[in-house]
Amino acid sequence: MDGENIIELRGVDAGYPGAVILRDVSFSVKKGEIFILLGGSGCGKSTIMKHMIGLNPVLAGSLAVAGLEWSAKTRAALCRKIGVMFQSGALFGSMTCLENVLLPLEEFAGLGFKARTAKALALLDAVGLADAARKLPAEISGGMRKRVAIARAMALDPEVVFLDEPSAGLDPITANQLDELILSLRAARGMTFVVVTHELPSIFKIADRCAMFDKARQAMIALGEPRALAESSEDPFVKKFFSRGGA
Amino acid sequence: MGLTAAVGKRAVKYFAGTGEALAFLGETAVSAVALVFMPHRFRFADCALAFERAAAGGLPITIGIGFLLGLILAFQSAAALQMFGAEVYVADLLAIGLFRELGPLITAIVLAGRSGSAFAAEIGTMKVDEELDALRTMGLEPVRFLVVPRIVAATLAMPVLTIFCELAGLVGGALVLRMTGVPPAVYWQHVTDMSSMFAILFGLGKGALFGLLVALVGCGAGMRTKSTADGVGVAATGAVVGSLVVIALADGILAVVCYCWDL
Ligand SMILES: Nc1ncnc2c1ncn2[C@@H]1O[C@H](COP(=O)(O)OP(=O)(O)OP(=O)(O)O)[C@@H](O)[C@H]1O
Ligand SMILES: [Mg+2]
Repeated sequence: MDGENIIELRGVDAGYPGAVILRDVSFSVKKGEIFILLGGSGCGKSTIMKHMIGLNPVLAGSLAVAGLEWSAKTRAALCRKIGVMFQSGALFGSMTCLENVLLPLEEFAGLGFKARTAKALALLDAVGLADAARKLPAEISGGMRKRVAIARAMALDPEVVFLDEPSAGLDPITANQLDELILSLRAARGMTFVVVTHELPSIFKIADRCAMFDKARQAMIALGEPRALAESSEDPFVKKFFSRGGA
Repeated sequence: MGLTAAVGKRAVKYFAGTGEALAFLGETAVSAVALVFMPHRFRFADCALAFERAAAGGLPITIGIGFLLGLILAFQSAAALQMFGAEVYVADLLAIGLFRELGPLITAIVLAGRSGSAFAAEIGTMKVDEELDALRTMGLEPVRFLVVPRIVAATLAMPVLTIFCELAGLVGGALVLRMTGVPPAVYWQHVTDMSSMFAILFGLGKGALFGLLVALVGCGAGMRTKSTADGVGVAATGAVVGSLVVIALADGILAVVCYCWDL
């Protein structure tokens, strides 16, 4: 794939004020790509995702989404281009699942009541949760909450979708359905996906490329197609990761 | 050295907190002004819900406390005034005290305990659960979304609650005076003679101001919640304590202003 870059990181130091987690990270995500962020627990995957979605400013270097850096001026425009599913789901607890998906539609889509409700229900249906529409997030399971969050992230047809561990806590069948959903959305709308996941089968199935981070070295240690990395990487951590701690 | 460092650390933390608070105030003000020009972006439903919880939910306890307050005040002062055969002036005292000072003050304290802490806990829980981040990435500002509706609701709820508190207090006083042999008609005559429209409106305005302050402090505490196990608890406590301090300060300043301008 050699489309244009939709996300570009150059020499980024990722972390929080006073705490650098990853140093000098550079990679880019191409339009229409499914890009996976890999690494052990606590290595900074969510941290780097929070930089990409404009929640925290990078500590050094530059980060551009669709050619724009995050700033007060570009914020509104950039927010419309992205959809995010947080690791915790982050559904609004006081709203039903349907209302959660409706919220971005209400605020931005400019659709009438009927049209947006129909769209929200269709989104919930796509993640297999049409019958949970009227339930509160507290009344559904963790995996269901994540799927509602995915539906919400998709609501405004974003250009880039960020998913933080979408399949954690899902059974293999539902996880596989989710992979299919991601692939079909990419095929149908050319959406770009940045996904944090640890599921090797899922990685091999959907990933175009992946970046791997290491907590101990505070750095990105590998970048490329998952199969190529799994087969030919010399790095002991990468090898260990793809062989699930063996070898 | 240890002491100097500790004092320095405290000072830095304190001023960082002040900076955060000012930024929050500024953001809220900007958001509120922007909403005046774009009223369709105001979250009416959220505001109505917050109003219902603060006003309707807080009504029983406010009335109860107002009633007891009137009762106690009347008892205390009647005992003293009885020595001069002047029990009936308890009515004057209640009218002046409740409308100008005690009504809004007590109501605000109840609001701080009920709604201020609830605002902090609600927003704090949302922050810990990354819901505020989710709002931001959707391009929705948490301040417009969560803070402004609650501030408007508390500011509108306070005058309503204050009136009920004051009326309940007067009823409590009437009961006591009745027992000491003052006929209700005489009591109400004294009350109406002593209460001016200005005093009543001034008290209600003061109530609205206190409501605004309680909501600001409560929402501010919620927005600053830390993602620790006790984060939400700390925020709720901070909201109540902060509200009480701010209410006392504002009341003091108003008292001085009234004295200087002879209001
Ligand atoms: N708000 C914060 N302030 C300072 N440090 C933080 C903060 N949040 C997380 N960290 C630290 O950043 C590091 C990376 O955290 P992050 O959440 O990015 O990990 P992760 O790769 O997403 O892990 P997991 O797979 O468990 O979700 C951790 O060591 C964590 O302690
Ligand atoms: Mg994470």
